[in-house]
Amino acid sequence: MSSSQPNVALFVTCLVDLFRPSVGFATVKLMEEAGCKVSVPNSQTCCGQPTYNSGDRKNTVQIARQVIQTFEHYDYVVAPSGSCTGMIKEHYPRLFEGVPSWHEKSLNLASRIYELTSFLVDVLGVAGVSGTYAAKTTYHDSCSGLRELGIKEQPRKLLAGIEGLKTEEYDGAETCCGFGGMFCIKYSEISDKMATDRIDQLTSTGAEILLGGDLGCLINLAGKLKRKGSFIQVRHVAEILAGMTDDPAVGEGKN
Amino acid sequence: MTPPLEKERIKQMKVTSSSFKENTRDALSNPTLQNSLKRLHTGFVSSRSRAAARMPEFELLRDQARDIKDHVLAHLDVYLEKFELQCQAHGGHVHWCRDENHAKDVVLDICQKANAKTVTKGKSMIGEEIAINDHLEANGIEPIETDLGEYIIQLRNEPPSHIIAPATHVSKEQVADVFRLTHSDLDPARNLDEPDNILAEARAMLRNRYMEADVGITGANFLVAETGSSIIVTNEGNGDLTQTLPRVHIVLASIEKIVPTLLDATALLRVLARSATGQEMSSYTTFSTGPKRDTDVDGPSEYHVILLDNGRSDLLDSEFKEMLRCIRCGACLNHCPVYGAIGGHAYGWVYPGPMGSVLSPGLIGLQNTKHLPQASTLCGKCEEVCPVRIPLPLLLRNWRFLIYDRGLTDRKLAFGLSIWAYLAKRPMLYHLVVRWLIRVLALGARKKGRYKYLPGLKAWTQTRDFPAPQGKTFMQQWR
Repeated sequence: MSSSQPNVALFVTCLVDLFRPSVGFATVKLMEEAGCKVSVPNSQTCCGQPTYNSGDRKNTVQIARQVIQTFEHYDYVVAPSGSCTGMIKEHYPRLFEGVPSWHEKSLNLASRIYELTSFLVDVLGVAGVSGTYAAKTTYHDSCSGLRELGIKEQPRKLLAGIEGLKTEEYDGAETCCGFGGMFCIKYSEISDKMATDRIDQLTSTGAEILLGGDLGCLINLAGKLKRKGSFIQVRHVAEILAGMTDDPAVGEGKN
Repeated sequence: MTPPLEKERIKQMKVTSSSFKENTRDALSNPTLQNSLKRLHTGFVSSRSRAAARMPEFELLRDQARDIKDHVLAHLDVYLEKFELQCQAHGGHVHWCRDENHAKDVVLDICQKANAKTVTKGKSMIGEEIAINDHLEANGIEPIETDLGEYIIQLRNEPPSHIIAPATHVSKEQVADVFRLTHSDLDPARNLDEPDNILAEARAMLRNRYMEADVGITGANFLVAETGSSIIVTNEGNGDLTQTLPRVHIVLASIEKIVPTLLDATALLRVLARSATGQEMSSYTTFSTGPKRDTDVDGPSEYHVILLDNGRSDLLDSEFKEMLRCIRCGACLNHCPVYGAIGGHAYGWVYPGPMGSVLSPGLIGLQNTKHLPQASTLCGKCEEVCPVRIPLPLLLRNWRFLIYDRGLTDRKLAFGLSIWAYLAKRPMLYHLVVRWLIRVLALGARKKGRYKYLPGLKAWTQTRDFPAPQGKTFMQQWR
């Protein structure tokens, strides 16, 4: 590892790549500003959660091998998602139990991969980012980030540096929004009930903006908010931290 | 890994887990149930968190509880035999029961030998698992539930919806209704508006039944190997009356209820009540060791313990072993957002919530229960609160592996996944394909940024808008 400038690969994650590339660019900006040399290996696709959580172990193992190889030669790998990071950090080593060579490689990647806010705070020691954004926000802690990776304070610590931004915590912040990957399609009624409960809770804070670190949850909550005609905007925390809020919020049009 | 339970067990009790989706719809559109769920959720969840916060060593205690259970599971045969010897030494009888039918026959036989006409029952999930009430009734013996919640659902002729609060889905108005209907010889104008009146009436009705009963059946929260004792915890004291007044006491227990020593039992009791109701201890914790001794003032003259396997020894030898740590506190139900949305009946068998979604497929087979392990977001809240640290999300996923391997996955979904996997493994092709797909999706919602309706995603767009992609993919735009 070069001592001055860590060589960091961005794992953009499939949802950010497909639905909200601006989060990817915000992530790159944040890492570059923190002094990293950022690369984006183009053999990346998805972490394999859709197959893994649907019980398809064989395909998951093949996808995992590809991810491990793609990110083999970087000091760190950073993803703007707790869910995909959790998959690689917590679950890849499990997938390769009993296959020593791959198990070792998976542990090696697990030790180098971080979720964005955790990377900035826990690894780089960033104390806070500067910027101005006058708004009242509330934050949804996504389940995997919170419970698999212990991400709670990191995004809040970073947001505290943004001038004019206020964060009002809401009761359901740590309760699942009902996204759950395939769950939101397969059991859509239960999923909708969970999203509705979260919306009711977060609306009561009077926040204008809902922030979070995982696009899956944000797409789900934004979809419900917009269906209910709410004016609450939904954004990934990286957008605010990087000062990149020119693009419309999740699920909103250009005007 | 050995896939356990190749043979699907045939159950006589009605299992409706295969209609999980229909059950779910009913539950979501039932306002009484939804009201009860809201109360349950806030009540139990906040009491548990206060109880845990009051005890600085709570997390260490959970580790200890887990270790005790793991030790027992690693030496289950030894402790079960030790329990049998100790129980017999105190004059008790131990009945090893392979499965549900075996256990039912043994219980019936004991009751018939005692010429039993009525049987009082403390709360027992094993009783529910083997549907003992139906079996006794079919053979002319009247079972009477004495736990208030169990009594209410017995009158309403329905299964429990929660493992520690069986009637949690019932409103107090519904309880008053069923009391007026079944206690028809009482004054119709009596006041049943307040929980206290309801409780008083149930007490009065049950008091006589305790005296009449020939046999008392209870569950067991723990069986202690060193002393041959069974332990029950209750908040109403009904268990004590059930097991001390009749001539015969039958304990229904499954094999994993064993703990080595009284000290181990106390360690588990300390996490049990805190995790369940947020109490430090339940109001009553009762130890029974054998029948009445000469020096005892009261107690049964016969003491029987049913040791039920019913698929558990298969689980012991599988990737679901950790499930056998469960001490049935119900914390995973109370904290589960899915249980909180649909309640217990939707799960379709006696064990609902996360613990049930892992246990039920193991006990009654995957064919009927395949929805249960899939109907979870794997949010991890259950594992976070489990007093014996069962990795419930991992175990749910283990069932999903078996569901997939046995071809039980929904066909459309499996097809979609295989296409996704095919592409995900071929990055160049993947980027080419998704680029076009995303472009089309973005163009279709250029102005509004979202879809009100999307063919193929109807399940989503029925209740939520679908946020559209921004346009070009990140990989397409990257320098």
